[in-house]
Amino acid sequence: MIDRRLFTNFDWVFFFLVMLLIGAGIMNIYSASASYRATGLPFCIKQLYWTGGGLLLMVLVCSIDYHIFEDLSYWFYGAVLVLLVLVMLVGKTTMGATRWLNLGIMNVQPSEPMKIVIIMTFARYFSKNYAVDGISFREIAYPLMLLGAPALMIMKQPDLGTAILVILVACSIMVFVGIRWKLLVSALLALAPAIYLGWHFYLREYQKNRILNFLNPERDPLGSGYHLIQSKIAVGSGGILGKGYMKGTQSQLRFLPEQHTDFAFSVFAEEWGLLGCILLLMLYLFLVLWGLQIAGRCNDQFGRLLAVGVTAMIFWHIVINIGMVVGLFPVVGVPLPFLSYGGTSLITSMMGVAILLNISMRRFMF
Amino acid sequence: MSGQQYLRGNRDRSQRVLWGAAIVGFFFLILAARLWYLQVIDSDRLKELSEINRLRFVPVAASRGNILDRNGKVLVRNTPSFSVAIVPQEVKDKDTLLSALSRYLGLDRDELLQRWEKGKGRAKYFPIVIASGISRDQLEFLEENQLWLPGIDIEMKPIREYPSGILAAHLLGYLGEITEQDLEKEEFSEYNQGDYVGKNGLERSWEKFLHGINGGRQIEVDARGRYLRTLSETRPTVGNSLVLTIDHAVQQAAEKAFGDRAGAAVVMEVDTGEILAFVSSPGFDPSLFAGKMPQDVWKSYLEDKRHPLENKALKGQYPPGSTFKIITALAGLESGMIDEHTTVTCKGSYDVGKDTFKCWDKKGHGTVDLKRALRESCDVYFYQLSEKVGVDRIAEMARRFGLGSALGVGLENEKSGLIPTTEWKEKKYGKKWFRGETLPVSIGQGYTLMTPIQLASMTAALANEGTVYRPHLVKRVVDPDGRVLKEYKPEVLYRPAVKPQNFRLVKEGLLAVVNEPHGTGGAARLYEVKVAGKTGTSQVVKQRDAKMREVAYQYRDHALFVAFAPFEKPEVAVSVVIEHGEHGGAAAAPIAGTILRAYFEQKGVIKKPAAKVDESDEAEDAADRDEQKEGDR
Repeated sequence: MIDRRLFTNFDWVFFFLVMLLIGAGIMNIYSASASYRATGLPFCIKQLYWTGGGLLLMVLVCSIDYHIFEDLSYWFYGAVLVLLVLVMLVGKTTMGATRWLNLGIMNVQPSEPMKIVIIMTFARYFSKNYAVDGISFREIAYPLMLLGAPALMIMKQPDLGTAILVILVACSIMVFVGIRWKLLVSALLALAPAIYLGWHFYLREYQKNRILNFLNPERDPLGSGYHLIQSKIAVGSGGILGKGYMKGTQSQLRFLPEQHTDFAFSVFAEEWGLLGCILLLMLYLFLVLWGLQIAGRCNDQFGRLLAVGVTAMIFWHIVINIGMVVGLFPVVGVPLPFLSYGGTSLITSMMGVAILLNISMRRFMF
Repeated sequence: MSGQQYLRGNRDRSQRVLWGAAIVGFFFLILAARLWYLQVIDSDRLKELSEINRLRFVPVAASRGNILDRNGKVLVRNTPSFSVAIVPQEVKDKDTLLSALSRYLGLDRDELLQRWEKGKGRAKYFPIVIASGISRDQLEFLEENQLWLPGIDIEMKPIREYPSGILAAHLLGYLGEITEQDLEKEEFSEYNQGDYVGKNGLERSWEKFLHGINGGRQIEVDARGRYLRTLSETRPTVGNSLVLTIDHAVQQAAEKAFGDRAGAAVVMEVDTGEILAFVSSPGFDPSLFAGKMPQDVWKSYLEDKRHPLENKALKGQYPPGSTFKIITALAGLESGMIDEHTTVTCKGSYDVGKDTFKCWDKKGHGTVDLKRALRESCDVYFYQLSEKVGVDRIAEMARRFGLGSALGVGLENEKSGLIPTTEWKEKKYGKKWFRGETLPVSIGQGYTLMTPIQLASMTAALANEGTVYRPHLVKRVVDPDGRVLKEYKPEVLYRPAVKPQNFRLVKEGLLAVVNEPHGTGGAARLYEVKVAGKTGTSQVVKQRDAKMREVAYQYRDHALFVAFAPFEKPEVAVSVVIEHGEHGGAAAAPIAGTILRAYFEQKGVIKKPAAKVDESDEAEDAADRDEQKEGDR
C-alpha cells in the first residue's frame, strides 16, 4: 500500500508552510492569552497538543489513497447528516446555541466535519455527473438538496458562520465545475428575495444586530458594535511596525473579545503592524495558490474537485475572518485557520491540508 | 469522456485554475488595501483612540444568595473584599507610593517592589494587583489619599462571610475559583474564568440557585485610566437565598456538646424529615477558604487524624452496633419468631459450632426477655433471635426503612451504607453466606454500615410508627425580592409495614434503656421530657485485637446513640456517633441528652437556665434579623 514514490513526491514545501503558520499561531495565542488568569493548562500548550494530534491524523489520512473517499463520501454525508439531526433533537445547549453532541467520552460538533464532508460529496457528485457545458437548471436540483439539508440545520443551531462557509465552499466547487449563464443570473436575482425572507423569518435577533451594527457600528458602540470598534482600533493602532510582541494595549488590557480565538488576527495586527500582516497575508496567499496548483496538476476529476473544495474552505475562512476583524464583514464566528485557538478548527484545517497533500503526492499514480 | 472532450477539459482546466487564482488574488488585495487604510492612513487616529479615549469593560460579579436557618438567622452572607492594583504608567512617584503603601497596608516594601517588577514588561496601563483582602480602615486611608497617590486602583468583589463563625461548616461548604474542567461542563456553560463556585456542601449542591447572574459595566476612562463615566450597565442579578431546616440554637448546642471529639450528629423532626442539626466534628473555619488560607492551618487540617475537613454526617459510614438491634427486634417480632414473653438465657457467650460469640457483659444477663434485652443491650438474645430469623429477613426489614440506600438529603456524594444479604455476598465475593456471619449482623457488626442520616431516619420512623420521610436540609428557596421559588414539603419515602403493637414493644424497650435501672442509656435522661433511645458500640477492629485498641486512637470502638423524644408524642429524633469514643452509653448518650435539652429549651418546654445573658450576643442577633428583613423586601 505504501509506495516509495509517496515519499519522494511528498509536498514538503506545502507542509512546512502550514507548520510555519501553526507556529506563528501558537506564538500569537501565547500573547493573546497572557492576560488571562491562569487556571489549568495555558492555551498555547493546549494548541501544541492539538497540533500533535492533528499531525498523527495527517499521517493517517495521507497513508490512505484519497480515491477511497470517492466511494465513502455518500456514507460520510449520511452519517454526519444523522449527527446533525441528533444535535437538533438531543444536542447540548451552551450560550443559547445547540451545536454539540455528547457522545459519552467526548463532545462533538457535527457542523465542523460537515465542512469537509460536503466537499467530498460535491466532488463525488460532479465527477460522476460531469456537466460539460456547465450546470443547468435541471442539473442543480439534486446538489441543492444535498447542500440545503445540512446548511439549514446548521443555520438553525444557530451557527451562521459555519452555515455560510458550507454554502460558500459548495458554491465554489459548482463555479469551478461551471455554471450556465442563465442559471447564474437567475440565482443572483433570486438572492434578493431570499435574503429578505431569511432576514424576517430565519435570523435570530442577535444575528440581525450584528449585521446592523456592521453596517453602522455607532448604532451600539457598547453592545455588539463594540467588538468591531475595538478590533479596528487594535489593528489600526498597530501602525506599520506594530507595538511589539506582548505589548499590544488593546489585547493585553482585554479590550478585544475572543482575542485568542476569532479575533486572534487583531492581536497579531496590533503587535506586528502592517509589515507583519502583509507577511502573514502572503503566507496565506501562497498556501491558497499552492492548493489551487495541486488541483491543477491532479489528473482525475474527483481529486481535482476535492482539492478545489478544500482550498476554497481554507480561503473563505481566511477572507471572512480577516474581513470581519478589519471591519469589512459583519461579525460571524469564523476562526482563522492555524492562527485561532481551538482544537476543532485546527483539526479541520489540518485534515484539509492532509487531503491536499494526499492528492499532491499521488499525482503521478495514473 | 471522449478524447476530444478530454483535451478540451484539460485546457479548460488550467484556465479555471488561473481564474480561481485571480479571484483569490482579488480578495487578498482587498484585505491588504483595508489593512493599509487602517494601519497607515487611519493609524494616527486609531492610535490616539487606543491611547486616550478608552472604553473598559468591568465585569460585576453577582452577589450569591444568603443561607439562613429556619428562623431567618443568617448563616452565610456576602461582604465586600477590597484589593489594590497599580497602573505603573500612571504613577508619578514610585518610591513615595510604595513607601506609603507599605506603611499603611503593613506590607513589606521589597515584596511590593517585587510584585511591581513582575507586572512590568506587560502592556501599557495593565493594572497589577499588589495587595488583596485589605481592611476597611486601610481602604478608607487609600480613598482619602487617592489624589496624592495617582496610579492606584481599588477593586471590589463580594466574598463569603460567616456571621456564626465555624457553625455548620461542613453543611454550608465553601467557595473556590472555578476549575478548567468545570468550565467545560454543561452546568457551568454560563461561567467565566475567575468566577467563584461552591466547592462542597450546600454551596456546591445548590450552586445553581445561589449563584445569580453576573453583570458588567462599560466605562470610559481618561488617559490616566481614571474613571470618567459609565456608558452602559448590565446589573448583576443577586442569587437566590436558601432557608434551611436547620435550627441555629440546636446546631450550636450540638456542636458545643461535641467539643473537640470527632464524630457526627443528625437531629430530625419525626413527622417531617426536616433536619434541625447536621453536625460533623471537629469543624473548620470556612472563612479561611474565602480569603487566603494560611499554610500552617491548611497543613494542620490535613494532618489531623480526626479529619476535620471530612463531612462525617454525610459521608461517614459506621457499623451501627447495637442501635441496629431495633431492626433485628422488629424482624423477629414481625416474623412471629418472638413476642414480648419469649426469653433466652444469657451466660455471657453463645457457641455456634467451634466459634464462641461473646456478650458485651462477660458475667451474662441470665434470663432475658425482649424489653430487658434492649434495655441492657444483651447480645446473646439477638444472636439466638438471628439464628431463627436469618440474615435475609433482617435485611428485608432494614430495607423497609430505606437502609442500604442514600436517602437524598440534597447534598452531593451522600453515602448509601450497606445492608448485607446472602445474595449480596455471593455477588460481591462469590462465596456462600456462613451461619456464623449472621450473628454479628444482628448486633450491627460485620458488614453492616449506616450513615448518621440513616440512623436518625430509622429512629424517626420508629418514633412515628411507620413513615420514613425524606430527610432534608432546605426548606425554601427564596429569590432576592423575597418570593418563594421552591418549597420543600415533607415527602414520604417508605412506609415500613410493621404492626403497631410491635413498634410499641420496641419503643418501650428503648424507653427502658434511658429511664430504668440497668439501662445502658441513662446519661441521655431528661427530667422534664421522657426520652427513649438505644446505645451502640461498634468495633473498628476485631475483638481479638483488643489490646491494640488500648494503645492507638484509630483502633478504638465508635460510640453511638440514637434517641427520640418525647416518648408519648415524639417530635424529634437524634443520632450521635463519636468516632473512637469507645462506649455508646458513656460517650454518645450524654451528647444526645444535651442536644435534646437544647431542642426543648428552644421550644420553651424546658426553661432555659436564667444565668448569664450575653448582651453583645443579643445585639448581634437583632442586627442579623434586621438585615434579613432588608433582604426580604
